[in-house]
Amino acid sequence: MPRTLREVVFVDGVRTPFGKAGQKGIYAQTRADDLVIKCIRELLRRHPELPPERVEEVAIAATTQIGDQGLTLGRMAALLSGLPTTTPGYSIDRMCAGAMTAVTTVASSIAFGAIDVAIAGGVEHMGRHPMGEGVDPNPRIVAEKLVDPSALVMGSTAENLHDRYPSLTRERSDAYAVGSQDKLAKAYANNQIQPDLVPVATRHQELGFGLATEDEPPRPGTTVHDLAQLKTPFRPHGNVTAGNSAGLNDGATACILASADAAQELGLPVRMGLRDFAFVGVEPEVMGIGPVPAAEKALRKAGLSIDDIGLFELNEAFAVQVVAFLEHFGLADDDPRVNQYGGAIATGHPLAASGVRLMTQLARQFEEHPDVRYGMTAMCIGIGMGGAVIWENPHHADYGREAAA
Amino acid sequence: MTQATTRTDSTPATETAATAPPNAGTPASVPTGFEEVVTHTPVRDIPLPGGAGVLALVTLDNGFDHTKPNTFGPQTIAGLRATVERLAQRAADGEIHAVGITGKPFVFAVGADLKAVVQATSRDEALEVARAGHAAFAAVTDLPVPTFAFLNGAAMGGGVELALAADYRTISAGVPALALPETFLGLVPGWGGCYLLPHLVGPANALTVIIENPMNTNRMLKGPQAFQLGIADVMFDPADFLEESLRWAASVLTDETTVQREEVSRDESEWKAALAAAKTLVDLKTGGKAPAPYRALELVRAARTSTRDEAFAAEDEALADLVMGDELRAGLYSFDLVQRRSKRPAGAPDKALARRVTKVGIVGAGLMASQLALLFAQRLEVPVVMTDLDEARVAKGVGYVQGEVDKLLAKHRVSADRANRLKALVTGATTKDGFADADFVIEAVFEEMSVKKQVWHEVEAVVSPECVLATNTSSLSVSEMAAGLAHPERVVGFHFFNPVAVMPLLEIIRGQQTDDATLATAFAIGTTLKKTTILVKDSPSFVVNRLLGRFMGEVAKVVDEGTPIEVADRAFTGLAPMPPFVLLGLVGPAIALHNNETLAKAFPDRFYVSPNLRRVVEARKQAIYGWPQGRPVVDPEVEALFEKPADPVVLTTEEVRERVLGVLADEARRMLDEGVVQAPMDLDLAMITGAGFQFWNGGLTPLLDREGVSERVNGRRFLPPGVASVPA
Repeated sequence: MPRTLREVVFVDGVRTPFGKAGQKGIYAQTRADDLVIKCIRELLRRHPELPPERVEEVAIAATTQIGDQGLTLGRMAALLSGLPTTTPGYSIDRMCAGAMTAVTTVASSIAFGAIDVAIAGGVEHMGRHPMGEGVDPNPRIVAEKLVDPSALVMGSTAENLHDRYPSLTRERSDAYAVGSQDKLAKAYANNQIQPDLVPVATRHQELGFGLATEDEPPRPGTTVHDLAQLKTPFRPHGNVTAGNSAGLNDGATACILASADAAQELGLPVRMGLRDFAFVGVEPEVMGIGPVPAAEKALRKAGLSIDDIGLFELNEAFAVQVVAFLEHFGLADDDPRVNQYGGAIATGHPLAASGVRLMTQLARQFEEHPDVRYGMTAMCIGIGMGGAVIWENPHHADYGREAAA
Repeated sequence: MTQATTRTDSTPATETAATAPPNAGTPASVPTGFEEVVTHTPVRDIPLPGGAGVLALVTLDNGFDHTKPNTFGPQTIAGLRATVERLAQRAADGEIHAVGITGKPFVFAVGADLKAVVQATSRDEALEVARAGHAAFAAVTDLPVPTFAFLNGAAMGGGVELALAADYRTISAGVPALALPETFLGLVPGWGGCYLLPHLVGPANALTVIIENPMNTNRMLKGPQAFQLGIADVMFDPADFLEESLRWAASVLTDETTVQREEVSRDESEWKAALAAAKTLVDLKTGGKAPAPYRALELVRAARTSTRDEAFAAEDEALADLVMGDELRAGLYSFDLVQRRSKRPAGAPDKALARRVTKVGIVGAGLMASQLALLFAQRLEVPVVMTDLDEARVAKGVGYVQGEVDKLLAKHRVSADRANRLKALVTGATTKDGFADADFVIEAVFEEMSVKKQVWHEVEAVVSPECVLATNTSSLSVSEMAAGLAHPERVVGFHFFNPVAVMPLLEIIRGQQTDDATLATAFAIGTTLKKTTILVKDSPSFVVNRLLGRFMGEVAKVVDEGTPIEVADRAFTGLAPMPPFVLLGLVGPAIALHNNETLAKAFPDRFYVSPNLRRVVEARKQAIYGWPQGRPVVDPEVEALFEKPADPVVLTTEEVRERVLGVLADEARRMLDEGVVQAPMDLDLAMITGAGFQFWNGGLTPLLDREGVSERVNGRRFLPPGVASVPA
């Protein structure tokens, strides 16, 4: 018997302020699981119309699934957030696209009809769990030259991208990075960031308790001149610097997804409709190009073209990979549809957490731009992948109708 | 002010900060070099949401984890005072708009560092300590901006009082313990507690915390209970307690939230009624012999009409008096015994020698055996096999355990799964075959040497050579019982007190041949059973029954010589938990007589067997007192059994007390000289946990020292001055 897929909607998303990884960061003495728990509790607090027992899945992503990011984090976070014991949960890892994959995976369960409501999110405490902690790469990678060893060092893959596309210069990357900082500062000034942040009490043994209410990484006022002075840690006289990359960060995100029917039944707000998504693999050495084929595939499946996308939320692991995406699709480096609130270069990129930040911001931009019908969240993914998700704006007059082919 | 504490009974305590070892108490030597663990008071500015301004958040943190809770010593108080002064300046300058105080994870603060408090060598010094705390806390109250206490974790004594000094309080639903345990230890809540709490929650609720809970084996409130009493304005879940507290504080500052509290009555009759009820309880518990709770009652009484300054000054004076009083010192000594010495029993062998126990055998299925079966199943969680002579007795014993488990289930003290597990663990049999794979067999059969020896021979035929054989004898020689066995080295005495589930004490008796592995196993089991264990030499009636036997025997002798029972009974208020002849009824005249006879046989020159008591037993009377009109009156039939001497010697209560304390001093000295226990502290720990002797008397020997009885009788004290008393 044929089965009818169900519409999936994005109800709401929140995140912790992002911190700088390391001993001086705001979350130096705060647990990773506590960060994501604060997000889940905030979602439940913001949505008293959602009975906790109606949450049928909690999928939480983390790249390094050990210690306070281990122990079947999704399930533990559900229990520690006060969700009933009947709510199951699991952990997800697709490196940088962990939270994005958590969203598409629970969305698939909803579309299939297995569940009605789910929480998806991600956390990465790169201070407590530096990238590569405890990894044990298979020696065949080297022996059989399957992957260039540089593929495991993300900064090196960004340098490799500069090699592949000589038109992508350091100057373009730096200019893009300055734009990201400027846009975030403006978004903060316009109170476009704060409403989606969950304040987090930060414990510090010497300093006492504090309260994180804003992102720690941004460097507003950064100039191209400032960035030009920075070293290129991944290769001598290279192009990739701390200034035109996202940093090493701590933070968590979470969102509620529901079937359109359940949202209507419970009175949950609909902030975005999920149209299509795609994950595509690329050569690991140039993982930054991943979003290009992923976006193409998602657009193809959705029956849309790049011109139909009115707003983009692209993760900025490295400026060069965003600029590569823009160049591929013929968009200007400073296209106003792209990353209106700035991006990860300014806010930070706690790997597996970032996907939901893109979606939460896109949802807010949809409200601000009811004229835009479609938006895209996309990101590059370590070990050579890209992910893209296409969303429809419920504030648009044609929401829900057949896409104009 | 004060820190501390845990219960003195065997109730399992949750492993939280509340039961963590405190810094309190002094111990077995005169307090010397004291180093304060300073609780720091770092401040961070918190931008509050909704334009509510900046809240300066003070975190109390001594730099250790929750097992070493925050306390207030002199440096801490001085540091807090300085912090608050800086905040006052910043508030005046308009830099901050509110002040909040919270604790480190799981702990707010557990009160004054009592080790520091007892450093005071003069009343003036003690007064200074009291005033310094008051000044620091009052400075919080007097800050020119709204003040908030965020009670995130365990709060006791001065920790609670610091919270009371703030304008508003939030509390975590996860707070494991909130208490004012001062009167339990021998102090009063003297950093504002006796004034601020009744004005916040009314006299009846305040006295629940100040008097009733401490007087009931130092009971503590959980977060929700404290909230219900009105101690906090709002309660939040632990998961995001501080975030929600700060959000709430912001809403109070912006008037979005109005804090509503129940109006506290100023009506004198209401206060009087609450005070009278509390005093009745104190009289019942202390017989008027412990000064601290009475001082606390007086402070609460005065609080109704006092100004803050008057009330705080009165608290200072009360603290100064009590700090320089022997009752507090003895209370802290007792606290240290039950908290520390009980965890490291003096003379116990290396824990590593203990053998694993995976199955327990119990010989007998009577009431004692059945109580033991339930306790072993609950705590050891291993199969327990009870044996008795016939099916009916076995069925009755197993039935008792199942019935008790059902009661626990009905009271939601155990889950259905747990109930199933406990019931399945306890089985019975009429043969001892089931002991073959047991690692520990305890007997609770008739108190007769030949019976016990026969039992051990039968058991030894079944069990492995390493299986520990424990006897619950209360009076027979463990060494004699072991003699003649193939492996006498695995026999040990394991003397419980009735009722087994409630009484914390377990006397562990080493026979002449008992080896270290057996003894270590016995101590390990005792610890798992959550009992206070004491090592005792194989000697007549061990510790508690010997001291109580001498005590009861002498009281009986006094009565036999002509002093009325009621007079004798009044002589021990505030010493024993109940008058001797009431206790006699509780223990059972027959059992008391048996104990006296055993001891008189061993020590005919000192222990007395009362012919009157024998007649009471022969007449099968179960008690000395009757309760005809709800008041205890000596049963006329019992009275008639007592023969009046030809030349009655009628003593006063004071004379009775002096004479009986004298023989206790004599017996205690002899027991130490014989090496029955390692030190006077063990006698005291045994009497506190096994006979309900009082904290503020330090059990027994500090009382004997304090009243000069030790020197009069033995020519010397039991403990040097300063150990359980104010240093000379």
